[in-house]
Amino acid sequence: MTAVATSGEIRTGNPRRSLAALGRLTAYLQATPLLLILGFFFVLPILMIVVVSFWDYDFAGLYPDFMTMNYADTLGSWVTWKTYLNTLKFTALTWALTLVIGFWVAYFLAFHIRTTTMQMVLFLVCTVPFLTSNIIRMISWIPVLGRNGLVNSALVELGIVPEPVEWLLYSDFAVVLAMVHLNTLFMVTPIFNTLMRIDRSLIEAARDCGASGWQVLWNVVLPLAKPGMAIGSIFVVTLVMADFSTVQVMSGGQSASVALMMKNQMSLLQYPAAAANAVVLLIVVLLMVAAILRVVDIRKEL
Amino acid sequence: MSKAAEIDIASVSKVYGATTAVHEISLKIPAGSYCCFLGPSGCGKTSTLRMIAGHESITSGDVRLGNVVVTDFPPARRGTAMMFQSYALFPHLDLVDNVAFSLKMKGVAKDERRAKALTMLKLMQMESYAARRPAQLSGGQQQRVALARALITDPEALLLDEPLSALDPFLKIRMRAELKKLQKTLGITFVHVTHSQEEAMALADLIVIMNNGRIEQAAAPRTVFEKPATAFVARFMGDHNVLSGRVTSIDDGIVTLTGPEGQSFTVRDAAQEVGKSIDIGIRTDRVHLEPASNRSLGFEGAVSNVEYRGASVKITVIGAGSDDFTVVVSDADYFRRPVSTGDAVSLSWALEDAIPLGRVSA
Repeated sequence: MTAVATSGEIRTGNPRRSLAALGRLTAYLQATPLLLILGFFFVLPILMIVVVSFWDYDFAGLYPDFMTMNYADTLGSWVTWKTYLNTLKFTALTWALTLVIGFWVAYFLAFHIRTTTMQMVLFLVCTVPFLTSNIIRMISWIPVLGRNGLVNSALVELGIVPEPVEWLLYSDFAVVLAMVHLNTLFMVTPIFNTLMRIDRSLIEAARDCGASGWQVLWNVVLPLAKPGMAIGSIFVVTLVMADFSTVQVMSGGQSASVALMMKNQMSLLQYPAAAANAVVLLIVVLLMVAAILRVVDIRKEL
Repeated sequence: MSKAAEIDIASVSKVYGATTAVHEISLKIPAGSYCCFLGPSGCGKTSTLRMIAGHESITSGDVRLGNVVVTDFPPARRGTAMMFQSYALFPHLDLVDNVAFSLKMKGVAKDERRAKALTMLKLMQMESYAARRPAQLSGGQQQRVALARALITDPEALLLDEPLSALDPFLKIRMRAELKKLQKTLGITFVHVTHSQEEAMALADLIVIMNNGRIEQAAAPRTVFEKPATAFVARFMGDHNVLSGRVTSIDDGIVTLTGPEGQSFTVRDAAQEVGKSIDIGIRTDRVHLEPASNRSLGFEGAVSNVEYRGASVKITVIGAGSDDFTVVVSDADYFRRPVSTGDAVSLSWALEDAIPLGRVSA
């Protein structure tokens, strides 16, 4: 009986090895759908953009080529530099404002709302604006900020200003306001998540060590919220850097952003120039994300 | 190193909404003693500790530390330091900064506070780990760091919330010895919350047994074990059998009670009245497997379980209205006259070994 079983085992030795190979193959097979989706919808388009950025073009068509003129044009033009500077200005302002507002909203939700039900309810209230589209939320600022809008008519009728304030709409102020409005939730969510994970006994321990409310916030809560702030910052920075509709609508065409510049190039059929611009923007955004990840180790969070 | 303070709890209550966690308890913890709050979970022992620490507001009553009423003081101004159950070390700081945290809050200069923290870590034999983060330490090491952080403020009393519950059994016993040694060296008051009676017996000068928000007994370990005040204490401390009944007669300080199955037992007790229900406790190691000389100092029952424990044998008997009356006999006695499950046995004890148990008035 034993002998038979042993010899049987020896004979099945080879099939077993092929079974292991099959197992490995199954693993690859299971990963294939994701690989295809990512390859087709992510890697391929980016490669296309990179390839096209080296092509030649005129008003009539695109000509496969390998030339660096598109990059030389993009990087050599002072308009590009000014536009980048402008985009970076919007990004920095929006980032700073969403970070401050997002942190306080998350802090209030996590530490001052006592019941979990209420926390969830208020959090869902924060997401309600997201039930409408970006464009609609943006455009709805126009009747508020316009020359005869809500704010201006209120100010004039209260006699605070003699005539409507001009910089409320179609200005950098309007652009930043809309961007903050659109993106704050991307900051609130990850920060709220990290704050909820802070062990409450840490705060008691800090109090036991004599820390005041602000000292607890500065020495315990803020350092522990850093990963959430980093994730939120990545969301906001990448979204704002690539924005064109907000800038176009809220500045009334008076301000430019990198993505808006690309959009204009594309409408002039200058695809290779737009592609070169896109590659430069991609590199800049990746560098910014890398910088954020350097400052904060978010792997601890995930 | 620092002066110890007496802790005086004067009819302190804690009410959470509709539930009362602590019912007007009063207790004096002598300066420099090791006090253990013992009880099942939800008995109010942690609430009491947190009220002494100042992490829980006191609904009514007062807490005095030394000569100062600290009821309305924030935690840091009370002269107490607390060690939390999970140690609550700051995960983003290294050990030196963790220990130096309270000095930093006071605004002590960086070099000075780090030097002091390092001395404290040295005292806990943790200086070689100074640059590590708490996550890189074992449970026992984390506990030492938490102790260092609590002691750097020179507290008059150290409050420990289930400090050993996160450790494995072997480490538990070692850290227990370290805690006791530390308390002896520092000479400050330690208040330690635990649900393990073994831990409390090993450590405490004063055991406070709580149940349902009330103190059942507060006494030295030996008193608690030999003269448990209530049936709850007798059961919770273990090694006691509790028999209940109603007082049927009182004769010259000897109270006779009748159990639910009609057996009578006698106990020496002073203040009792006929008709009142009463519990008596009998230590498991004072019961003999012999017929009683006096019918009211023993009963007949059936063995339901026998457990061999090495030096002793634990026999569980059903009878006299109790289904887990326990007898612990030495192994020598047991093997001289072994019994097995299902056997009928006679149990007896001496009059002095029957302890009258009181009831906490609600």
